[in-house]
Amino acid sequence: MPLAKRIIPCLDVTGGCVVKGINFLNLKNAGDPVELAKRYSDAGADELVFLDITASSDNRETLRDIVEGVAKAINIPFTVGGGIRTTADARLILCSGADKVSVNTAAVQNPDLITKLADLFGQQCVVVAIDAKRNRKIEQGKVTIQTSTGPVWFEVYTYGGRKPTGIDALQWATRAMKLGAGEFLVTSMDRDGTEDGYDLELTRALSERVTVPVIASGGAGRPEHFLEAFTKGKADAALAASVFHYNKYPVPVIKEYLRKQGVIIRS
Amino acid sequence: MTQVFILDYGVGNLLSLKVALEKVGLNAKITPPDTQLKKADAITLPGVGNFTAASKSLAPVKSDLVNVVQDGVPILGICLGLQLFFQTSEEGPGEGLALFKGKNIRLKGNLKIPHMGWNSLRIVKQNELFDGVSDGAYVYFVHSLYPEPEDKTIICAQTEYSNLFTSAVADKNIFGTQFHPEKSGDVGLQILQNFARIVSR
Repeated sequence: MPLAKRIIPCLDVTGGCVVKGINFLNLKNAGDPVELAKRYSDAGADELVFLDITASSDNRETLRDIVEGVAKAINIPFTVGGGIRTTADARLILCSGADKVSVNTAAVQNPDLITKLADLFGQQCVVVAIDAKRNRKIEQGKVTIQTSTGPVWFEVYTYGGRKPTGIDALQWATRAMKLGAGEFLVTSMDRDGTEDGYDLELTRALSERVTVPVIASGGAGRPEHFLEAFTKGKADAALAASVFHYNKYPVPVIKEYLRKQGVIIRS
Repeated sequence: MTQVFILDYGVGNLLSLKVALEKVGLNAKITPPDTQLKKADAITLPGVGNFTAASKSLAPVKSDLVNVVQDGVPILGICLGLQLFFQTSEEGPGEGLALFKGKNIRLKGNLKIPHMGWNSLRIVKQNELFDGVSDGAYVYFVHSLYPEPEDKTIICAQTEYSNLFTSAVADKNIFGTQFHPEKSGDVGLQILQNFARIVSR
């Protein structure tokens, strides 16, 4: 049997709480990252991703406590990202129990960071997160993709999607892989939060250019979207937040659907 | 209480293994390799790092470690820890513990390397480490190399990726998994529980 496709719930953490629509649960500890991590792990999630969306220095201590708490609560792999700028930042997170660190803005600004992290902790520890947005203004030197809505290139954004960089996401991925990236977490800014499905053209274009695993992110709303990420998008894993947080489609429901569609899924 | 040493010979996440061993009732202690190994009731060689670097940092204690294991102390090697049971590795120069004859070779083929994620076990030899683990169970892998034992009878599980490779070995008190039981959910916990039972008797 080949490798199982992975289903990855993502938890955005700020000030020690998980945000992004879990409020409806209204339980005593509904926003507690450790408790949610345990719940997802028990439900059959294959991996978890934590993104510290505040990522300010005064919150690092809180984040470390959370990482340690999560490591004690679950026994599946998890990645932590947000505000990791140096190898020292990464070491703290990894020594607190995380399996991988995810870098985004800092890697774009200082690509050597990827190599340093890979040399110190191993390539498998280094996830490069790319926030990409379709740009319809075709430029020379960019990889133009013929999509169903016309030609586009995919532009990298940093600072949580606030800053366009003019960098081509596909070219960046190829370069980052050579520098030591062990995995890519590719978020479509066009689709994020829409629940219209992943940007399959972005996912596929990137997946075909790298030889390390690709996690599709941004836009999952229905079980079919996960299926498409694997079949049309050629992704190795699919990440989602709101479908899981709202309990609209719990992890076992998604996995059962995929299994029936012939996708290899961990039971 | 049963004392398990987790030999720290590199940089990486050893906390997960410690926590997992504690969950199955073992008293796990992360120790530098030059610790008094005779005090250990069991040893785990965790799976972080590179063969050459690990071989260097284990070199000063190699004979002690081998002696302790030959005296019957249970040892569990995980990932690189398992690879270190063998003689050499295509990853780089250096010598392993040579508890078994054989070398570690790279996964080949056109699939993505490292082999990272959940894959299934083909149990080829039932073994007490796999009590309660069913054939086809999914476990978590992160690796680019795997051991090729000369003595095929020590192989207790194989896994298919770009090729069929050895994913677990067992021989008397020596156990090794190419996957990470501490990251393999309930299946992994079962395997560690079995190891704890072996250690405690």
